[in-house]
Amino acid sequence: MVEYLIIPVIKLIVIFSVFLLIAAYTTYMERKVLGHMQLRYGPMRVGFHGLLQPIADGIKNLFKEDLIPENADKTVFVLAPAISIAVAIILLSVIPFGPPVTIFGRKINLYLANPSIGILFVLGFSTLGSYGNILGGWSSGNKYGYMGGLRGSAMIISYEISMAFAVISIIMITGSFSIVDMVNAQTGVWNVFKQPIAFLVFLISGIAELNRTPFDMPEAESELCCGYNVEYSSMKFALFFLAEYIHMIVFASLVATLFLGGWHGPAFVPGVVWFFLKMFAVIFLCIWVRATFPRLRYDKVMKLEWKFLLPVALLNVLVTGLVMAVL
Amino acid sequence: MKETDVIHVSKDRPENGKYVKPLFRGLSFIFKNFLTKPVTLQYPTEKTQRSQRWRGLHRLEVDEKGELKCVACGLCARICPSEAITIVPYEEEGKTRYPKKFVINELRCIFCGFCQEACPKGAITLTEVYDYIDYNRSDFIFDIEKLKTPEKFRFTGK
Repeated sequence: MVEYLIIPVIKLIVIFSVFLLIAAYTTYMERKVLGHMQLRYGPMRVGFHGLLQPIADGIKNLFKEDLIPENADKTVFVLAPAISIAVAIILLSVIPFGPPVTIFGRKINLYLANPSIGILFVLGFSTLGSYGNILGGWSSGNKYGYMGGLRGSAMIISYEISMAFAVISIIMITGSFSIVDMVNAQTGVWNVFKQPIAFLVFLISGIAELNRTPFDMPEAESELCCGYNVEYSSMKFALFFLAEYIHMIVFASLVATLFLGGWHGPAFVPGVVWFFLKMFAVIFLCIWVRATFPRLRYDKVMKLEWKFLLPVALLNVLVTGLVMAVL
Repeated sequence: MKETDVIHVSKDRPENGKYVKPLFRGLSFIFKNFLTKPVTLQYPTEKTQRSQRWRGLHRLEVDEKGELKCVACGLCARICPSEAITIVPYEEEGKTRYPKKFVINELRCIFCGFCQEACPKGAITLTEVYDYIDYNRSDFIFDIEKLKTPEKFRFTGK
């Protein structure tokens, strides 16, 4: 009873609330860091240095008028943000964010589930998340939204491949699909030193799959005036936004677990702290990249994937396999 | 079309053919920006210094005894190109004239500063207050009391 019901429910509530809070404050971090990178302050007015800004944004979004356009396919239009956010939150369940801890004499693993196909689960569901974008863009009855949805699907089809191949090389050296096993395998040397090329490929294609700025095809502001979410307002827009940030958090924690050693680190702070430090470092990197690079042209984005990242990832898998066979 | 008419945009770029190094240069530049202090000001609380000759809201100057310097001669109202100033003079026998009513419509005013130049007594000056906001048009019609303390109407974000 306690083992199978109460502990998972408590974990569920804690993970859900903590990660939603982190997602809200990632928006704050993004605005603040982006501001300082552009020699501005970012939000400063609400609370001390704008600390209450995410809450103010949430309240504002709740009370905005909720519009459904006349041309929209209403069922799909309402369903799309729900798909987006639900799939994003499901992804959080397989992220291991710390070593097992003992509370009240009971050993508690700091993850909700450890399926033996954990990493495939993540890859599959992160792709499902883009259905939210595609359906949202398609059902709006708006040409810009439609274009954004199309581009979103093209991005996910292309970049998923190189991302999966980067993950495959990690699976090969770990010998397991389980994310927890992958973290445990990095006790000595982090995977980023064993697989630097896979790390780079994963990072680039991950940022592309998040639809963040150098690759923000689906919502290119200057071309599509916000793309797939152009017709959304109020809480529906906020859900899309939140889903995007949760995807970013999941991506950052994936980079941390697969390549940066997960919760491993010098022992003077607990493993959970190490995990979150690495996660926020990757989020910072995403924001840094966004502040630096302009958006690539659409054909160049596709060229980068099919002519550069995919061959490199394939070669990396090949070389990894050869080295493992020889050794 | 001759060969000289063609402009090769990307031919002479210094980073032509190099991809990785410029990316890292950009990243390091942005990181340096991240560490420098922002150049923007927090507007309602921090403000830039105005020039001393800035022409903002009007002030009616008072002398040492706290009385208006204005003698209600009407020169400012006369010279005002947008007819923003209305004066009703008042005069008692044997005493100096003073304005019974001195009203400036700040919405009509174009802040040319002619009233300040025309005044023989130095009674009206333009201050550095440039950001007065209010809700009603009637609030912008300044009477003597408001004109004595234009600094009070500086926007502070409250």
